[in-house]
Amino acid sequence: MAMKETAENGEISNPRGLPLEAHFVTNPADNVTGYKSFEAGKFKFRRDEYFAYIETPKGTHTMSVDVFLRALMRDVAWGFFYGTVNFDQVFGTTNYYGEVDMFYGALNEAYAAEGQDYVERFKSDELMDIFKGMISDWTIEGFDPFAAPRETGTPWGTKNGDNDDAVSRQRVTARRMVGLPGDTPVRTDENGYPVNVMFDDVDQDQPEVHAEPGYEHEVQAFNLFGYLSRSDVTWNPSVCSVVKDSLFCPTSEEYILPVEHGNDRCEWFIQLSDQITWNIKDGETGRPKAVVHMKAGDVACMPANIRHQGFSPKRSMLLVWENGSPKIPELIRDGKAPNVAVNF
Amino acid sequence: MSQYTTDFAQIDEYDSGGITVISQDNPKNYVFSNMYEVAAKSGANERVAVAKNFEYAIESMRAEGTSPWYTAAHDEFAVAMDYPVTVEFVKLDDPDAVVDPESEGAHLIDGDPVGEKMGYVKLSRGHMAMLPVGSAYRFVANKAATVMIQTIDGPVTQHKWAQFCKQ
Repeated sequence: MAMKETAENGEISNPRGLPLEAHFVTNPADNVTGYKSFEAGKFKFRRDEYFAYIETPKGTHTMSVDVFLRALMRDVAWGFFYGTVNFDQVFGTTNYYGEVDMFYGALNEAYAAEGQDYVERFKSDELMDIFKGMISDWTIEGFDPFAAPRETGTPWGTKNGDNDDAVSRQRVTARRMVGLPGDTPVRTDENGYPVNVMFDDVDQDQPEVHAEPGYEHEVQAFNLFGYLSRSDVTWNPSVCSVVKDSLFCPTSEEYILPVEHGNDRCEWFIQLSDQITWNIKDGETGRPKAVVHMKAGDVACMPANIRHQGFSPKRSMLLVWENGSPKIPELIRDGKAPNVAVNF
Repeated sequence: MSQYTTDFAQIDEYDSGGITVISQDNPKNYVFSNMYEVAAKSGANERVAVAKNFEYAIESMRAEGTSPWYTAAHDEFAVAMDYPVTVEFVKLDDPDAVVDPESEGAHLIDGDPVGEKMGYVKLSRGHMAMLPVGSAYRFVANKAATVMIQTIDGPVTQHKWAQFCKQ
């Protein structure tokens, strides 16, 4: 997650005018599957050997449990992120920074047109508690929802242990820059971050730093590409350098972004190595709009009114650039945040 | 020998992707460019914006020879994207006299900065250096190199979107 933001003036946008739901239940483990089920408002969640089921008053949505867990993992790790996290075309969450909408079909053109959509609103920390309980209980031993498919086992079957070490990883949030004294450390073999096999040709040399006495804390540099080559997770942007609210959130990507991220603000991608293809859809309806293919050195902005999902055939390095200004939710609420970052 | 090869690009060898519109979209909305192409087609030590988010910017700089001295009223960060670059630092005796402490972005320093030498860093591809607030810095590159700079849109930031972005 790349979040730095908190609401600046305490006023939280609520465009649907929904009341806060306060019903949360964690049910005992099922006698057959061994998995717990969960309730948040009128949403009910359960899983079996292959699928996750999301029951709502308007219908039940079924997802392959591997897809569901990978998406749930990002929603948890990113703290609901900026804007909308679409688990798929039907189910997801929209972040209002302190409160969150959970929806079924609301951002699907067909469901919404036929009145088959359903939305409830929660305090973010309360819904997060349920989500964390779910990712912990439903992730079994050997399956890591942060890892690329070739790197991990499968989530299929009845309850068999857990993988809490994997699902409770602490996100990296440098306060100024990775490697500075007292800030997030660089990754090494010794601290548990070996070079990923797909990046074993990436130079691991550190820069030459020649600081005069007394300036050792300010004359600083580190090997960013080497750092990224040692990431043990995929599709998990983490803050590596900070200029006020400008957050460099590079990440390593492989296979498919497990969610369709619906932007509520402009978001920039800088492809540092290899390539990613992005499928772009309309944020509200899910209609396909474009395909953006990025190679090393390419820079592209995701407009604020779209959703996007990336496909990375080989592990690649992507710089996700976020503006975490606490002023932005207010600008979005007032319709003053632009959909396009630059007009030319 | 690994079965995998990581594809990087450089100022003298790059290949850009592209945008395929499916429906009701405009390629210009993606402000799509390639930072190596921008550096390749820029003048020595020009700093050209390739991304902008409200006041914040990312610049692609063609580092070549010895750049002028710069300073800013906030931290900046530079990443060497292809060939070696050295960054030299001076601790300004009176940074507020050089640049308004409320100002944003990098500013050119007229002549040499007044202050104590802080040291230097030698960067190769993928290395990130902090350009700390209160310092002056300059880049030295024996051959043209691409440097990506995390900063705020300022007086040295060039805007050439129509020249470099896909339309």
